[in-house]
Amino acid sequence: MEQMITCINCPIGCRMTVNVDNGQVVSITGNGCKRGIEYAAQESVAPKRMVTAVVSVTGRKTPVSVKTRTPIPKEKIFDCMAVIEKAKIEAPVRMGDVICENVCDTGVDVIATKTVL
Amino acid sequence: MEHALQPQKVDVLIVGAGPAGLAAAIAAREAGTENLLVLEREPEMGGILKQCIHNGFGLHRFKEELTGPEYAQRDVDRVKELGIEVRCGTTVLEVTADRQVTAISRDRGVQVFQAGAVILAMGCRERPRGALAIPGTRCAGIFSAGTAQKYVNLEGYMPGRRVVILGSGDIGLIMARRMTLQGAKVLACVEIMPYSSGLNRNIVQCLHDYNIPLMLNHTVVDIQGRERLTGVTVAQVDERRQPIPGTETHFDCDTLLLSVGLIPENELSKQAGVPLSPATQGAVVDDTLQTEIPGIFACGNVLHVHDLVDFVSAESFKAGKAAAEYAAGKKTGNRIAPVADGSGVRGVVPQKIRIPDANSPAEAIQLMFRPACVYENATIRVLDGDTEIYKVKKRILAPGEMADLTLKSDTVRALSGEKITVLIDAGGEVCAWNK
Amino acid sequence: MDMEILVIGGGVIGCATARELSAYQAKVTVLERGPDVASGASKANSGIVHAGFDAKPGSAKAHFNVEGSRMYEAYCRSVGAPYTQPGAMVLAFDEEQRAHVEKLYQQGLVNGVKGLSVLERDQVLALEPNTNPEVECALLAASSGLTSPYELTCALADHAAVNGTRFLMDTEVTSITWENGRYQVATSRGRMTADIVINCAGVQSAKLHNQLSEKKYTITPRKGEYYLLDRENKPMFSHTMFQTPSKMGKGVLVSPTVHNSLLLGPSAMNVDDAGDVSTTAEALRLVRDKAMLTWPGENLRSVITTFAGMRAHEQGDDFIVGAIEGSKGAYEAVGIESPGLTAAPAIGKALCEQIVAENGLKPKSEWLPAPIPPKAFAAMTTEERQHACEQDPENGVLVCRCEQVTEAEVRAAIRRPVGARSIDGVKRRTRAGMGRCQGGFCSPRVLEILCEELGVRPTAITKDGGNGYVLAGTLAEIARKEDA
Repeated sequence: MEQMITCINCPIGCRMTVNVDNGQVVSITGNGCKRGIEYAAQESVAPKRMVTAVVSVTGRKTPVSVKTRTPIPKEKIFDCMAVIEKAKIEAPVRMGDVICENVCDTGVDVIATKTVL
Repeated sequence: MEHALQPQKVDVLIVGAGPAGLAAAIAAREAGTENLLVLEREPEMGGILKQCIHNGFGLHRFKEELTGPEYAQRDVDRVKELGIEVRCGTTVLEVTADRQVTAISRDRGVQVFQAGAVILAMGCRERPRGALAIPGTRCAGIFSAGTAQKYVNLEGYMPGRRVVILGSGDIGLIMARRMTLQGAKVLACVEIMPYSSGLNRNIVQCLHDYNIPLMLNHTVVDIQGRERLTGVTVAQVDERRQPIPGTETHFDCDTLLLSVGLIPENELSKQAGVPLSPATQGAVVDDTLQTEIPGIFACGNVLHVHDLVDFVSAESFKAGKAAAEYAAGKKTGNRIAPVADGSGVRGVVPQKIRIPDANSPAEAIQLMFRPACVYENATIRVLDGDTEIYKVKKRILAPGEMADLTLKSDTVRALSGEKITVLIDAGGEVCAWNK
Repeated sequence: MDMEILVIGGGVIGCATARELSAYQAKVTVLERGPDVASGASKANSGIVHAGFDAKPGSAKAHFNVEGSRMYEAYCRSVGAPYTQPGAMVLAFDEEQRAHVEKLYQQGLVNGVKGLSVLERDQVLALEPNTNPEVECALLAASSGLTSPYELTCALADHAAVNGTRFLMDTEVTSITWENGRYQVATSRGRMTADIVINCAGVQSAKLHNQLSEKKYTITPRKGEYYLLDRENKPMFSHTMFQTPSKMGKGVLVSPTVHNSLLLGPSAMNVDDAGDVSTTAEALRLVRDKAMLTWPGENLRSVITTFAGMRAHEQGDDFIVGAIEGSKGAYEAVGIESPGLTAAPAIGKALCEQIVAENGLKPKSEWLPAPIPPKAFAAMTTEERQHACEQDPENGVLVCRCEQVTEAEVRAAIRRPVGARSIDGVKRRTRAGMGRCQGGFCSPRVLEILCEELGVRPTAITKDGGNGYVLAGTLAEIARKEDA
């Protein structure tokens, strides 16, 4: 199966063509450098994304900003958001606190990126 | 209440505690300024980073990818560690050319300061719909992208459900993703130029990921809705950016987000008589970030709009150190070489270089500017009068990515004092658009 | 028993009339179909207090214009509305236009206008160096002034309200008939009755009149579009700069506002839909092009916003002020287009005097003065600001940094007798949101203060009434696809 992937590593944005067969990369063309190959290989087989959002804190006007500690599979973004939306937090929340453990079975925690006292 | 109309003496006074002001404060303290004060109009430090909850900050400075609040917290922690006084909830009303600063706050009322040096770090504002004179109704539902971002990320409210975004700069792209993740339908991102000024990464992760169309060479030509927005009309534009009749499409939507330009917030600077550069809309400065008014410095987005906060911090460290030295009485070189925008170059900062005296040390100087359009395999050249003093080939140069180059200390020492020109040599080729 | 009076229309004419009547023993209610006073033409015009040379001698327009112009300074002072008198020029660029200027000069003299003279090119350029140097001559009208039409309307409304006048917003009159010795008034919020009705319904005033009289009037809504430019250091022009008029109106002007911004406009286009105040590319281009005749150095880099207003042009081309023919106890001001803002003090006074005389209204024993707001923070000296902070620490919190409006002022605008209920209501009373960032910075904070003062949720706040909600819902509400 053939996919078009735009590299995100630098402003050139090389358009690459990736051939994937049975979950394995068969060929990559169109890259301008080595970093492009690494990116295209990951992106075509198992694309991952960071998810950032906010969670309301009971009794506080400003919500607390959160992030997945590391990127999670791209197809789980909206499921992850659904879990984040249901989170109930009380103050105090400290930067780095785990808000949702192992979100959507990705092995990745959602953590707070700021402190709300 | 303190009777505060007697000016209070401050060695270095910084207007703004966003990333620029915080970095400048840290540098000024580390350079030895004890009597240091930062004034910030919002209730908390951190500036615009407080609402930039997405990641991508700090890759250059910290070799980590942080979210906006995390990046800001690094500087906030350091400011507290250094015991620097920051007065939040305090709005500066006036800065004079002789560095008298008037500010106001709920707790202290009017406060007047006499500063040894002032650092302007007020950041920038967004261009509103009115400034574009987009025809149509003046209904509810039209927001600048940053104001919408504030409502979503700092207050937990959604501005609307069906969204069109005008402008494909990074703020517009980020909000396309943000609104989509929160359950809104983003119908299109409309961009008047033939290319987006946003990062490729944001085009992919904010538009492609969610199948949001990017309409290049298009603009909004009409806005409908008596009380709340009901729709917008979008048309293609020609080479002069004028709408082409007959190319109109219509979108039913309740929200229009505008990401159509950032304008350095120089009201205070203008009132103080600080000369501004039309190319950057920020102050004219020398390589120490001092403006043409002695003792007044500028750094961060108020000087020129940056893409990466890491460069804001780097620039602001320089300004903080220079302001500290100024306040302590250090003299700088007298000979000045002006720096001009050559072909293909917009808004070189600094616009002046102080050539060091024979017995003073010379330092390397970084020049920053924006390419006028997209160039592939072009050469950046720097001329001292007619003599080439620097040359570098670049695979790609784009308006959305501020370019920088460093003149080595030997080069700086050897400057003739004639006009320095920074230009892009595209080998006869005109702009190449993003494919 | 006090007479019951309904004033239909809360624009400058309705509020001026209600304010005069508030000195008399009567129960007065102003019905306004919009969300606030000054919802129609009264918030979208050039703010010029015309000298009176342009109106046809002997017409009602001329009469009320000149009288209003004479009253204006004291009138504004009495309610705390802004007024300046920079004067105006009508520019002529050729011999034909020079003849027109001469005609206006003579017409002004006949109308009783003081302070008129004709200037030659050099004199014009000495006073206004940014003027097109091809100017031939100009009529100078020293008595031409400026006000803020919505601030004036709000101030008049407040003055009426402290003296007992009731204001009902979002109340549109659909029909009036005379039955059982009283006026039966059907509105969008129910039926009302009255002894006296006063038709100040602006662009709808002919429709209302025609329900009460055999003699019919016709109003053609006429849209005018404007550019508003940043004040920068100071405006490019200090006088109001007219061009010689055409059939369609006073021509495109370049004028400072009373707050030192700069206006270009208006255009003039007859429209079918009286409620359509959208701006159009065509009219804005026309304004831009025509304004260049006066100001060749025109640059739109500092445009803050554009807007449109709707004029109530009556076919007979004159004001109709007074009793409604054939309906006892019914009065009106119909077809109040330019110079309507200028005429407002005189029209309000005339209608009131006529109503009082014909219906035997008695003066109140006490007419409370207008609740004049304190000096604007933006205009204060440092010492005055320090004092203001000592009186109320909320004067130390700047909500709008472009126009320098404090939290104390925003709250005061909401707490006024006819107070703000929306973002634009606050804007019209304080100027918060009128500056170069157009509310980008201040509107979240204004919204928050409105919630606190009115005791409602953020999703209930509107930009300017009706369905103009600002926020659709909380993140949770939208994610769950609930209605806010």
